[in-house]
Amino acid sequence: MSVLVGYVPTPEGEAALAHAIGEARFRTMRLVVVNSSRGDAYVDPRYALADEVEALTRRLDAEGVSHLLVQSIRGRDAAEEILDAAAQHRADLIVIGVRRRSPVGKLILGSTAQRILLEARCPVLAVKAPG
Amino acid sequence: MDVWASLLDGFATAATPVNLLYALIGVLLGTAVGVLPGLGPAMTVALLLPVTYALEPTSAFIMFAGIYYGGMYGGSTTSILLNTPGESSSVVTAIEGNKMAKSGRAAQALATAAIGSFIAGTIGTVLLVVCAPIVVDFAVSLGSPSYLAIMVLALLAVTAVLGSSRLRGFSALGLGLALGLVGLDPVTGQSRLTFDIPLLADGLDVVVVAVAIFAVGEALWVAAHLRRTAAHIIPVGQPWMAKEDWKRSWKPWLRGTAYGFPFGALPAGGAEIPTFLSYVTEKRLSKHPEEFGHGAIEGVAGPEAANNASAAGTLVPMLSLGLPTNATAAVMLAAFTQYGIQPGPLLFDREPELVWALIASLFIGNALLLLINLPLAPAWARLLQIPRPYLYAGILFFATLGAYSVNLQAFDLAVLLILGLLGFGMRRYGLPVLPLIIGLILGPRAEEQLRKSLQLSSGDVSGLWSEPVAIIVYIIIAVILAWPLLQRMLPRQEKP
Repeated sequence: MSVLVGYVPTPEGEAALAHAIGEARFRTMRLVVVNSSRGDAYVDPRYALADEVEALTRRLDAEGVSHLLVQSIRGRDAAEEILDAAAQHRADLIVIGVRRRSPVGKLILGSTAQRILLEARCPVLAVKAPG
Repeated sequence: MDVWASLLDGFATAATPVNLLYALIGVLLGTAVGVLPGLGPAMTVALLLPVTYALEPTSAFIMFAGIYYGGMYGGSTTSILLNTPGESSSVVTAIEGNKMAKSGRAAQALATAAIGSFIAGTIGTVLLVVCAPIVVDFAVSLGSPSYLAIMVLALLAVTAVLGSSRLRGFSALGLGLALGLVGLDPVTGQSRLTFDIPLLADGLDVVVVAVAIFAVGEALWVAAHLRRTAAHIIPVGQPWMAKEDWKRSWKPWLRGTAYGFPFGALPAGGAEIPTFLSYVTEKRLSKHPEEFGHGAIEGVAGPEAANNASAAGTLVPMLSLGLPTNATAAVMLAAFTQYGIQPGPLLFDREPELVWALIASLFIGNALLLLINLPLAPAWARLLQIPRPYLYAGILFFATLGAYSVNLQAFDLAVLLILGLLGFGMRRYGLPVLPLIIGLILGPRAEEQLRKSLQLSSGDVSGLWSEPVAIIVYIIIAVILAWPLLQRMLPRQEKP
């Protein structure tokens, strides 16, 4: 029984996290934060480094929700990691951040959000960044 | 003076719109491969060789020159922002550069690296213009025995002086020389190492070997060792320098140039030694020695200048003697041969337009690099977000395409694959690649000089040291070879 959030250090990711914290508190469930990288590029800004993780943990402690942070680099894409973690932690709700994509962008890059929406076994809450 | 008039002609050739475009493509490509660790200008030039057959040689070499200089600039960006040197010559830059970036001075580190590279590159190229014709005048008077001696010196020096293990260096050199022997004996027509395969009678195509060793070997190596990590680039704004930074940078720039150029011009060149020497010197001379180890701007300015000056220095033996001392120069030399241009001291006489356009384009490329690197360094760093599987798949594709297009023979693809596995094996067992490629390219040319000298002396071995220059060079070779032995003996005599 948990609320699972896919976290990336971007405005969309922050918005998703804020909603997920609210949902976890409302449902009095554990919050599972998933942050992953495929790790095949030299640099991946979507993976939270040690100092960001520390800030995140401090924030979750301050919010007073029970939480678990799952970080992984093992060559799988974010959708797979989130769906796996959702099954493993028996998630009741998955919260993800989504953003606008140009038609060409949609054509070239597969959408992590779409895959989670279609394949998740529980309801998915999609959150847009404010503004 | 004659030299300066020729240089002006060179500028006239290099400044045509088409050639400027090739120079721009060259510096963009060069910076890109310099930024990406594991890819280097040598691999890029090798991959582009088959593609450029359709071009004018002059345009192709202008592009190669851009790639060569661009690789030096790009390497520093990765060193500073990620602490991962893009190529071996920017290892030293990473020491202080990354510390500067971590303490929030990334912009100044990038600026001093770019401006230092520009100044050192420009001074180095001026020195190239001055030195090369002098070396040519001297070289024209040399006979085959002296050439042979100088080539042997270059082969041994590159192998013995650089790299950590002499045994591994000489193994790689042996492999390169053996690969260079494949084919028909140029004098007697006997087949050597052809294994009765008629397609090997013409010898191995240097392009195929270079592409296999650099591109296929590296791609297989990365595929086998894809380390899964995720780092962040240190964010920077516009690179800039305060007055204080200029004051602390200009002396290291000039000292770095003074170290880099001669080392580049020596047969045992390479940029590793001068960059390291420059770092040590700046550390000793600095007014802020306490800053070293915590991000001293001198520690970035000096080695970066040394790096680029040595790149210019390397072109002196390459253009005036036909002697390559680093991998990129070796591949460029192979390119000369592919275009049917004979490298050596007569190059300046026979192909003045090409040579001077090449040198002029070095000045142009250097200026272009400053323009595109100073404002765009953060943008270049974003190349590091490309997933490596995509990158190396692309490289393998181009490698295969290039190897096939050289002769349109499927046989070359088999050679590419086998030698690619050799390249992978060399990386696996820590054999340096440089001696192999230099051996492959210099070996057959050294053999030619050996045969000529022996024919001149009608088979008498003493003909090999019939010239004073040859004798001096052989003495230097003996000292280099005996050096580890002497080193071991000398301290023992001092101690008791």
